[in-house]
Amino acid sequence: MRSTDKTTEAARVMSICNACRYCEGHCAVFQAMELRLEFNSDTLDYLANLCHNCGACYHNCQYAPPHEFQLNVPAAMAELRQENYGVYAWPGFMGKLFANNGLWVSFLSIVVITLFLGGTAILTGDDFFSAHDNAFYGVISHDVLAAMFGAVGGFVLLALVVSIVKFWRTINLPGPFRLDYPRVMQGIKDALSLKYLDGGNGQGCSYPSETPSMARRWFHQMTFWGFMLCFAATSSATVLHYGFDLPAPYGYLSLPKLFGILGGLGLIVGPAGLLILKARADAAPKGKTNKGMDVSFLVLLFLTSLTGLCLMFVRDTQYVGVMLSIHLGVVMTLFLSMPYGKFVHGFYRLIALIVFAVEKNDHKQVVGVCQDKKAA
Amino acid sequence: MKTESDHYDVLVAGGGQAGLIAAIVAAEKGARVCLLEGAPRTHRGGNTRHTRNLRPMHIGPLSVLSGTYDEAEYWDDLMRVTKGKTNETLARMTLRQSTEAVDWLEARGVQFQPPLGGTLHLGRTNAFFMGGGKQLLNALYRHADKLGVEVHYDAMVTSVEISEGRFKSLQVGDHTISANAFVAAAGGFEANIEWLKEAWGDIAENFLIRGTPYNRGDLLRMLLDAGARQIGEPNQCHAVAIDGRAPKFDGGICTRVDCVSLGIVVNRNAERFYDEGEDFWPKRYAIWGRLVADQPDQVAHVIIDQKARGAFMPPVFPAVVADTIGELAQKIGLDPATLEKTVADYNAAVQPGKFDHTELDGVHTSGLVVNKTNWARTLDHPPYSAYCLRPGITFTYLGVEVSEKAQMQMADGTESPNIFAAGEIMAGNVLGQGYLAGIGMTIGNVFGRIAGREAADYALNR
Repeated sequence: MRSTDKTTEAARVMSICNACRYCEGHCAVFQAMELRLEFNSDTLDYLANLCHNCGACYHNCQYAPPHEFQLNVPAAMAELRQENYGVYAWPGFMGKLFANNGLWVSFLSIVVITLFLGGTAILTGDDFFSAHDNAFYGVISHDVLAAMFGAVGGFVLLALVVSIVKFWRTINLPGPFRLDYPRVMQGIKDALSLKYLDGGNGQGCSYPSETPSMARRWFHQMTFWGFMLCFAATSSATVLHYGFDLPAPYGYLSLPKLFGILGGLGLIVGPAGLLILKARADAAPKGKTNKGMDVSFLVLLFLTSLTGLCLMFVRDTQYVGVMLSIHLGVVMTLFLSMPYGKFVHGFYRLIALIVFAVEKNDHKQVVGVCQDKKAA
Repeated sequence: MKTESDHYDVLVAGGGQAGLIAAIVAAEKGARVCLLEGAPRTHRGGNTRHTRNLRPMHIGPLSVLSGTYDEAEYWDDLMRVTKGKTNETLARMTLRQSTEAVDWLEARGVQFQPPLGGTLHLGRTNAFFMGGGKQLLNALYRHADKLGVEVHYDAMVTSVEISEGRFKSLQVGDHTISANAFVAAAGGFEANIEWLKEAWGDIAENFLIRGTPYNRGDLLRMLLDAGARQIGEPNQCHAVAIDGRAPKFDGGICTRVDCVSLGIVVNRNAERFYDEGEDFWPKRYAIWGRLVADQPDQVAHVIIDQKARGAFMPPVFPAVVADTIGELAQKIGLDPATLEKTVADYNAAVQPGKFDHTELDGVHTSGLVVNKTNWARTLDHPPYSAYCLRPGITFTYLGVEVSEKAQMQMADGTESPNIFAAGEIMAGNVLGQGYLAGIGMTIGNVFGRIAGREAADYALNR
């Protein structure tokens, strides 16, 4: 079991909350907490990932600062999440990238975009500022693109899977074939509906201010489904390319285009809305040490979509080379930062919500049960 | 502090539930209202910040409440705890008007908590605020703001000008504000140790104040000095035995220690002094503050063994733990030989029976000076745990007498035409002694609405 400043603070906070319990109606964190008397680091990692940082418990807390108990559950959980993302990262040493996440992602994006611009300019030479019959494939061929992103994508997938397995084991979920599937469905439903951004009664979370609001839930949904549609666009294009020998570029009434445009719009409005809300939000419940991670991820998503849509408009012009390089640079940065940035939150949260569905149903703690007890 | 105007239709002192509701009702009736909250914004709302529920009478399900809680049952509950120390007219009016409390609050943005699977035992009688009393406060402050109520924080009333029972003006520091009508909703005096000492003597120095540190009773004292008729006795208060390590002020709910009925309680002399198993803890916790206050140094220790672990709400501070009773006594500063004898005598007196904490199981001790009448299990399963207990004062009952219109009554038998009182400052009219979960918020809610309505009607000549 790990013991750090973050786990110590989260355990202190949970011990006070567990003696109060006024917030039990707000979200899963408190209902999971009530099944326990003690909080080890496994339990705290689980609770931290159940927390959606909605802020309701902070604004409604009788012990919030300046009370001498200095209770700030969302901040303690946000800072602990930042730490445990690093703990579960693979390979382990890459976990350090979570410490100054905003900084390294910004730095990476500059390097990668510059490399793409420089590399493409050198390789295409005089053609860099030319229009091409086959649009962006005229700048960089499909095979090169597929090989490059395939390799990086493969590594990203591996890193994510190993991290997820680490977290899965820590919180004592059984193997995939012994899962309680109705509970799994409940967890997926709670994750997809962002149930715990509803404040407990469907009134919305206390974000960006104390007044309950649904704004964040809606912007997050746009971001998530925007991302999924963009993913569907790429997937459908892959199917068309390899399955039907129909290479890009596609017309506006094709699946990749429809998915891509719709998703792209969601991925512009969603992250932009979340960034605006974040800028307006109270600083206290956000946590201090996790600055930059959320912002850099949202900016990357926003730029991915913006540059993608721009590329669509300029693909038959002389600016295709520049735009393609920038777009690919942004997408590559997003890919590379996936296992080492905010992107991972979705997986951990989904798993935590599934475990919570099991715990709630059985009214028994699953996470944090010590090993000898498990054996017995 | 500077107010926008020197004169208002209705001036409210106190920004807890009662004062806020009075201000909102008056503003909804078209009055120009100013509310003065003595605490800073972060600690606004008096004891409401520490509350969790109110207790509405209802026939059939009401919002988050199940079943029926009718007047007869409610009245019986109130009589049981107050032992008749109540004003029946005001009390029955409070019960009847409590029914509308939930709808009234919900219509103004307050959220109630739907019952969670089996975790709440009060789903029929008590409506819980989602997130607690601070959520109610936040919603009502937002609503008051929308209605144009002028709210000032750090605005403790320092003097009041009352002439022949009529409110003229008040001062906050050197700023004077006048109004046609005045609502006094500034709470009790539990945070005023000097005042508590007048009733309790020097032992009040050892009390912990669970409620807000801003309830110093200054306004209550001013009203009494200006000729208001006093109701209730100065030593009546909601006194719970709480963890002795709790903060001096403002510890709130989490300082509770809920394992008394599962163990034994000894005083500084390592001797038991009261039946720990007299009744279910929710029906008994409110007498233990007083019991501990009567012990030397106003301190006691509850001792349980391993069998009781996990069978009660986890306390906020960790227990002192030891493998033997003697070692435990040393750790908590009691005489080991005496505590060992107390525990041995108690263990020897335990009669056989089937322990069941969910009912009055009758498992008792026999032959002791102080017997335990339920849940008496031997303490023989180490490690042993101890929690220190002290009296924790949540709120006081001494207040000003009011009429059915929440009008303040004067000692000379007249009633003030334009001073209205609501909340803890007048709760003693209904709750003369004892305690019933959620009754304080119910009184504040009902009288807040009455005071706001009557104050606005008076101020606007209706």
